[in-house]
Amino acid sequence: MYVYNENDQKIIEERVAQFRGQTDRYLAGQLAEDEFLPLRLQNGLYIQRLAPMLRIAVPYGLLNSKQFRKLAHIARTYDKGYCHITTRQNIQFNWPQLEEVPDILSELAEVQMHSVQTSGNCIRNTTSDQFAGIARDELEDPRPWCEIIRQWSTFHPEFAFLPRKFKIAVCGTEGDRAAIQVHDIGLQLVKNDAGEVGFKVLVGGGLGRTPVIGSVIREFLPKEDLLTYLDAILRVYNRHGNRSNKYKARIKILVRAWTPEVFAEEVESEWEYIKDSPAKLTDQEIERVKGFFTAPDYQSIDDSAVEAELEALSENNIAFGKWLQRNITPHRVPGYAAVTLSLKPTGVAPGDITDDQLEAVADLSDQYSFGEIRATHNQNLVLADVKKSDLFELWKKAKAGGFATPNIGTLTDMICCPGGDFCSLANAKSIPVAEALQRKFDDMDYVYDLGDLSLNISGCMNACGHHHVGNIGVLGVDKKGEEFYQVQLGGSSDTDASLGNVLGPSFGREDMPTVIEKILNIYIENRSGDELFIDTYRRIGLTPFKESVYAKDH
Amino acid sequence: MPKIIKGNQIVDDSWIIIEKDFDGELPMGKLLLPLQYWLENRENLQLMCTGLWIDSDEEVEAIGFEANLFPLIAVNFPAFADGRGFSTARLLKERYGFTGQVRAIGNVIQDQLFYLKRCGFDSFDLKEGTNLEDAVASLSDFSVTYQTSVDQPEPLFRRS
Repeated sequence: MYVYNENDQKIIEERVAQFRGQTDRYLAGQLAEDEFLPLRLQNGLYIQRLAPMLRIAVPYGLLNSKQFRKLAHIARTYDKGYCHITTRQNIQFNWPQLEEVPDILSELAEVQMHSVQTSGNCIRNTTSDQFAGIARDELEDPRPWCEIIRQWSTFHPEFAFLPRKFKIAVCGTEGDRAAIQVHDIGLQLVKNDAGEVGFKVLVGGGLGRTPVIGSVIREFLPKEDLLTYLDAILRVYNRHGNRSNKYKARIKILVRAWTPEVFAEEVESEWEYIKDSPAKLTDQEIERVKGFFTAPDYQSIDDSAVEAELEALSENNIAFGKWLQRNITPHRVPGYAAVTLSLKPTGVAPGDITDDQLEAVADLSDQYSFGEIRATHNQNLVLADVKKSDLFELWKKAKAGGFATPNIGTLTDMICCPGGDFCSLANAKSIPVAEALQRKFDDMDYVYDLGDLSLNISGCMNACGHHHVGNIGVLGVDKKGEEFYQVQLGGSSDTDASLGNVLGPSFGREDMPTVIEKILNIYIENRSGDELFIDTYRRIGLTPFKESVYAKDH
Repeated sequence: MPKIIKGNQIVDDSWIIIEKDFDGELPMGKLLLPLQYWLENRENLQLMCTGLWIDSDEEVEAIGFEANLFPLIAVNFPAFADGRGFSTARLLKERYGFTGQVRAIGNVIQDQLFYLKRCGFDSFDLKEGTNLEDAVASLSDFSVTYQTSVDQPEPLFRRS
């Protein structure tokens, strides 16, 4: 993983000092509320319902054990002993004191972490595939590119006050695990006819109140042109994005108003001026950053022998077998596997993790996975480089730690925003809905039988819970001060991304488990063979679901 | 006389901002004319002692390479969160080769000065009540930067 040099470290330390000064001025009454607002937001600090919320950046989801131990320490010292993994691979603390935030940032800087640009109308943390670098279907590791983008976007002088927030995602595979189609800019590593690697560039995707699938504006961008092209896109957006109405200020609205073709022309003509400027990447810089993402010290392992062992173990231990089926992802190196630690046990808010668990995961990563941990946009954690021969031992320890729930990719592996319990933007609570659904569907055999199925819950139309791209999406709405839930079906953030369709009028919270059950029953009645929920939905459409859910009781 | 920040100094300033809806006889002195006023009256104006100001929603292309007719061009920030002016300044300096002074006017706050300086602004007319000594200090909030900019055309990766 990337390791800071003197310059990177200095920038982060100077930021801590700057923010300490800003906080002091604010507390002394020298900085007005409305002026402090964007400054604290660009440092990830929200003022929430009950306390401030501090969002820590986890660049492209990658962490090490030392950082995890520091997060445990912060959770214990400055918070209530836990933190939360977000849908953009970041980490949130829900209970820090404003006065102590500069100290927290200072502690984070000691382990090369920060909260720069995790909120506000600026370029946010770049996200990527949680299996980057180990995926079998990968063309090239996206993480060096994410790091190059991180450095370019950190305190970019021209783009700190954009019309609205701006999110970039990068993937290195044909199959999209980074949801690049619903980002302001999506970058996919591709090869051209000459065999050179570059980027396919999408713009104008996004969720929020106007969900849109991004449009391709360039099929192939040579890699050394990445930063100048991003500069061109951002400059066109900075100058022409809507600034009078924040609900129409995302780049997707501009792209749609102009059409993707016209937007692309504007970007290309801007780019003509700057493509050969000093901002053009050098081979030397690309190689320097790539040098931080080399393969760890893998052993040479006889894969078939360990596979046979695993098979024997899982025959004698059904629970282990289930876990292998759901929580293990194939690795490009024989004898290795990626393990997803589930942060979705029943009764815990999806994505929450305690201080003790953070330390336990740090220990596991040191012992089994080269001391690296990845946060996923599904709000779980990944140990990416585990020897298959260690899996049984790891499973036992993970089980003891409470993160071996064998539910990855299933109904109960829900994505869920903090919702009305914490967030001041929310229209409704989302965590109690997730919990009610987990309790209702606690029969794992039933859940396995449903197969891969995503259920995403957002407490408001800002869509932090990605409800538009859940196979089943739940959106909290407010009706005259009361909380209701709208259901959408058919969303997907995979390669064939699609946005869900609204089922009909919304429901009260207590009705939600029954509503979801009726939806699942229609799927079970109609599926053919191994057909997944999303495929059945696409084949039979919304109507049968609608008829069942809204049928009058007899 | 009003104080502004120029370079890293607090100095007196005598430029007079002419409002957009101005009508009638221009006053004597060093005038900052609204872009549109200049475009409409340029034939009749003596450019001596005249600068321009560009609003955040106005396109710098309207003046383009003629920028160098002026010793000073100001860019207005109607609200400090309106970041269009950052692009305006970079285009003036980098695309149109403007060599004069670029001034930030309007609702600019101390915490933006570092970014503004990097985008080519070299004088700052901050809103009334700002502590200018603190503001000058903010110009050096950071000693290292990653990107290419007007004050440092080489990005960090090309420097060392």
